[in-house]
Amino acid sequence: MSKPTLATIWLDGCSGCHMSFLDIDERILQLDELADIVCSPIVDRKTFPDAIDITLVEGSVSTNEDEHKILLLRSRTRTLVALGDCAVTGNVPAMRNVFPLSSLFNRAYVETATHNPQTPTENLPTLLKRARPIHEIVPVDIFVPGCPPSADTIFTVLTDLLAGRVPDIAALTRFGA
Amino acid sequence: MGKTITIDPVTRIEGHAKITLQTDEHGEVSNAYFHVTQFRGFEKFCEGRPFYEMPYLMERICGICPVSHLLASAKACDALLAVRVPPASMKLRRILNLAQILQSHALSFFYLSAPDLLLGMDADPKERNLFGVMRNNPELGRGGIRLRQFGQQIIETLAGKRIHPGWVVPGGVNEPLTVQKRDFLLAGIPEAIQIILKTLRWFKKTMESFREEIRTFANFPTLFMGLVTPDGRPGYYDGAIRFTDSFGKIVADNLSPAHYPEFLGEAVEPFTFTKFPYYLPFGYPDGIYRVGPLARLNLVDRCGTPLAQQEWVEFRALERHSVLSSFHYHYARLIEILFCLEHIEEFLNDPEILSTHVRSTASLNNLEGVGAAEAPRGTLIHHYRVDEQGLITWANLIIATNHNNLAMNRGILQAARHFVRSDKLTEGMLNRVEAVIRAFDPCLSCSTHADGHLPLHIRLLAPDGTLLDETKRPS
Repeated sequence: MSKPTLATIWLDGCSGCHMSFLDIDERILQLDELADIVCSPIVDRKTFPDAIDITLVEGSVSTNEDEHKILLLRSRTRTLVALGDCAVTGNVPAMRNVFPLSSLFNRAYVETATHNPQTPTENLPTLLKRARPIHEIVPVDIFVPGCPPSADTIFTVLTDLLAGRVPDIAALTRFGA
Repeated sequence: MGKTITIDPVTRIEGHAKITLQTDEHGEVSNAYFHVTQFRGFEKFCEGRPFYEMPYLMERICGICPVSHLLASAKACDALLAVRVPPASMKLRRILNLAQILQSHALSFFYLSAPDLLLGMDADPKERNLFGVMRNNPELGRGGIRLRQFGQQIIETLAGKRIHPGWVVPGGVNEPLTVQKRDFLLAGIPEAIQIILKTLRWFKKTMESFREEIRTFANFPTLFMGLVTPDGRPGYYDGAIRFTDSFGKIVADNLSPAHYPEFLGEAVEPFTFTKFPYYLPFGYPDGIYRVGPLARLNLVDRCGTPLAQQEWVEFRALERHSVLSSFHYHYARLIEILFCLEHIEEFLNDPEILSTHVRSTASLNNLEGVGAAEAPRGTLIHHYRVDEQGLITWANLIIATNHNNLAMNRGILQAARHFVRSDKLTEGMLNRVEAVIRAFDPCLSCSTHADGHLPLHIRLLAPDGTLLDETKRPS
């Protein structure tokens, strides 16, 4: 019997949740026995299979491309996990939401540029007006708060899900952990 | 009129990026663009917040090098307070900085690039990852996991948490180091040093199989920039900025990071959210320079720790003057891991590290502050302005990875011109173009302080639009 499939993806995040995932250290080899990592920033297999058992999503939805990705993933994933505070509540990326986009771009690309000031737009995604948590776009099955959630928490959540158990999140982690 | 090839996304890097290559009528690559596709706006949305929040806010720019931002930010806050941190606290912060570089370099080398280096650039994409490394050379893979783990454990032991820790505060750190913790960390050093020495031996042999890549991976003259100590050793946590050229000659020295606007410009290009720093006196884009491991080892007069010093001498013998090939970032990264371990051991053995005086206190004394430190990828600068209440009114961040932006763009063009030649695309060819970027170990969350995956689909079109070839990355 083939192993269950696991995917991980980062949207508008800092990669801290993925680094916390890697903080399971040698337990990653145990994980490799339990599941097939079919798609992730750390592997070169890049297309989403048509059906994934568990997908961990880090980061909030900040661009039209993020939105496209999360809609696609939701339609192909059995259990969608919002991993980390940015995915669960918006958190740091959402701090831009009170500022008009133009003022963000102005500070980064006009006020502090010494040559060729302009807002980059060529071949780049479009920023949404607000950075949003995952559940504002698609239904989420499991929320794992934390900034980032600890490696032990992530490993427990994964092993629980792979064994068919529902993890007790409140016992493991909280916002800002 | 030519064709466009898109590599989207670039994998086994930190962050979001894609590459487009343009070819001319003869099928030769004429232009290459490295697009970083994420933007968050830290420089603006920190406005109105108290300055002492900045270390913990800014470290969330990046999950791989939060400590680098934590330290640069804390140093900018030290400047706002106009304090000097106590000597013990300086040493503790230094250990934290070195541990960050250790774990980040281990991630880059073992988790992200070793698949190419061990299995080959043309290896099956399904195998080309950490698990493939473990299957083919378990000792190398386990050693890499252990080195990263050790760096993270040092950070966790000192600062309470591996990723986005507290502990570092404006004025110092908020808790001294205990004897138990110090001894726990010291105990891990010998094994870690053995691992990196073994890895260096393995890598120096392996390099022989990559002569073509060494020749063509962003191998061209540039300036080099980084922090050095007054006696010419790597600065890492502290120091003055030095620029050298490809002949190893010093172009500018003893520059204070606080005066960065006098010698660093930032250009914008429309195709990427990352800016392009350049050496102001040479203009844009002639002021191209590189930072990070390769640059740091080119800049210094000596390493300063015994084993690393030997390796450094051997490294510098690769070329007559500065080492120019960006492939050698991998080699430089390994030497820096060794240096970090030896240096951490020196500090831990220093009795002053146990001092209980670890924090200087003051209120706001300046309305402007700049802090700089070496992140794993290069020099990082945080610049804040505050009002009389200490609320941020303005911020500018010069990000380590961005300094390499000009070199990365030029580098993928060079590699693509060499490897992308026929009308038939191969997966290994594309992987090599990506591998140029991996050599720089960019931190794109940082560089766009401002992944998910789209299917990788390359289409090769003739000038008139007919489809010549098509390749999709296998799932």
